Amino acid sequence: MEVVDLVKRYGAKTAVDGLSLTVETGSITAILGPNGAGKSTTLEICEGYRRADGGRVRVLGRDPIADRRELAPRVGVMLQAGGAWSAAHADEMLRYVASLYAHPLPVRALMERLGLGSCGRTPYRRLSGGEQQRLGLAMAVVGRPELVFLDEPTAGLDPQSRRSTWELVEQLVADGVTVVLTTHYLEEAERLASWVHVIDRGRLLTSGTPHQLTSAGAKGTLSFRARPGLALDGLARGLPKGYLVETEPPGCYRILGAMTPQILAAVTAWCADLGVMPEGLAVERHSLEDVFLELTGRELRA
Amino acid sequence: MSPLTHSPAPGAAPMSRMVASHAVMETRLLLRNGEQVLLAVVIPVLVLLGGAEAGNVIDLGSGRRIDVLTPGVMALAVMSTAFTSLAIATAFERRYGVLKLLGASPLPRTGLLLGKVGSLLAVEACQLALIALVGIALGWRPAGGLGGTLGAGLLLLLGTAAFAGLGLLMAGTLRAEATLAAANLVYVVLLAAGAVVLPVSAYPKAMEVVLAVLPSGALAQGLRDVTSGAGLDRTAVVVLTVWAVAAAALTARTFRWD
Repeated sequence: MEVVDLVKRYGAKTAVDGLSLTVETGSITAILGPNGAGKSTTLEICEGYRRADGGRVRVLGRDPIADRRELAPRVGVMLQAGGAWSAAHADEMLRYVASLYAHPLPVRALMERLGLGSCGRTPYRRLSGGEQQRLGLAMAVVGRPELVFLDEPTAGLDPQSRRSTWELVEQLVADGVTVVLTTHYLEEAERLASWVHVIDRGRLLTSGTPHQLTSAGAKGTLSFRARPGLALDGLARGLPKGYLVETEPPGCYRILGAMTPQILAAVTAWCADLGVMPEGLAVERHSLEDVFLELTGRELRA
Repeated sequence: MSPLTHSPAPGAAPMSRMVASHAVMETRLLLRNGEQVLLAVVIPVLVLLGGAEAGNVIDLGSGRRIDVLTPGVMALAVMSTAFTSLAIATAFERRYGVLKLLGASPLPRTGLLLGKVGSLLAVEACQLALIALVGIALGWRPAGGLGGTLGAGLLLLLGTAAFAGLGLLMAGTLRAEATLAAANLVYVVLLAAGAVVLPVSAYPKAMEVVLAVLPSGALAQGLRDVTSGAGLDRTAVVVLTVWAVAAAALTARTFRWD
């Protein structure tokens, strides 16, 4: 899947502003960004629901709107919410969607796998939010698509539902399905995705594996407590250029920069020279959340 | 647990299976909905029974009461299913994202429409059979022979197309709640003032032209004429065709899928 210079405007507001990204076949790709970043709009253009105002989108090598008939059976879509008749029973709904495909998955087994085994006869409107979301996921995958779009598949789910959703997504990819999901949960991107695109205000900020993103720039913090007023000049000599030392509040020492075993050794050696025992020594690698905050100045879940 | 592999095997079901599946699904949902069943079956049958028993309280004009009533109640049944039920059901499909989801499914829009038509015709067939049976039990004796039956069939199909077009027009442009209210309101207004159950002759002379060009009046009066042996009213056929074509064209232009 390929998106090049995508632009989408709603009136005067530009929702997607020259976005380019690619999705590798057989991967789980997460599009990560805060609310209003343009995630859903991008997905809806890829799904063929909306027409782009500029740029080029290819899904499985096809145009999402012009080649809709050919793409529809090959692409599974999970909407952010809804997509079912409120009076339809859960199994009846899934059976109906399955009947639109040539080689659907067995409905019963799919419901069991998603923990929906006991809600077969329950009308859609009486399902819990988590059950509705999982049924939506089941409807997206029951036709055995090559590519699945999941728009915030675990938004508002309880931990158990989230886990069964994650397990299914991992199973999909193990079986050769390509998954594109949007999320504003970092844990989700870090746990599931082999590739993450971080977007904000309709633009791509950065891309990479979750590991690359969190170690890129390799920012980190080493902190400890000791008596206030230690002479810092010895420490500065022991550290490479570019490292910052903070001593606010007094007695709390923080070294900022790429954290390596050598840096840790230099800091402890300096402490040994001064005869100081560092207390509460901790090294923190930056999380995706910190990376995001640095890139956008915005909280993800704001 | 049984082995379940997600290995891709994409493909659409044959069109005929998709359409049949959709028609069955919509019909099941309609039958599950108490209000819809009330509208589709209970009200028409009550009107038929009540009208037949009401003696001379309501003037149905010349002719035997039951012969005037039965075709009118058939028109009412078509209006309830093709217009009110369809409008409300489709508006909520839009509201709940069903249409959006189907937009990404292998079911094409023509398939969706055919499925709806299938469901509509199945429900109408049951309604009309029931009304005909109750009518006959109450003494209805349709005249006109085979030609009359065919003419009635043509009017019923055109009426269905006209009302379904109007129902979809409403469902595709108004919010679901507004459709719910408006579709019921139009039903009640036409029932009272649209020459559905009461013949055109029961209304003031000045309204005659208006009633003749309303889809309700054209369908019901056409049915009354053709089942009483007066032949097929060409004007009614033209009126219903114009409504059907105009509503379909307008719907195609204005229908919003989400």
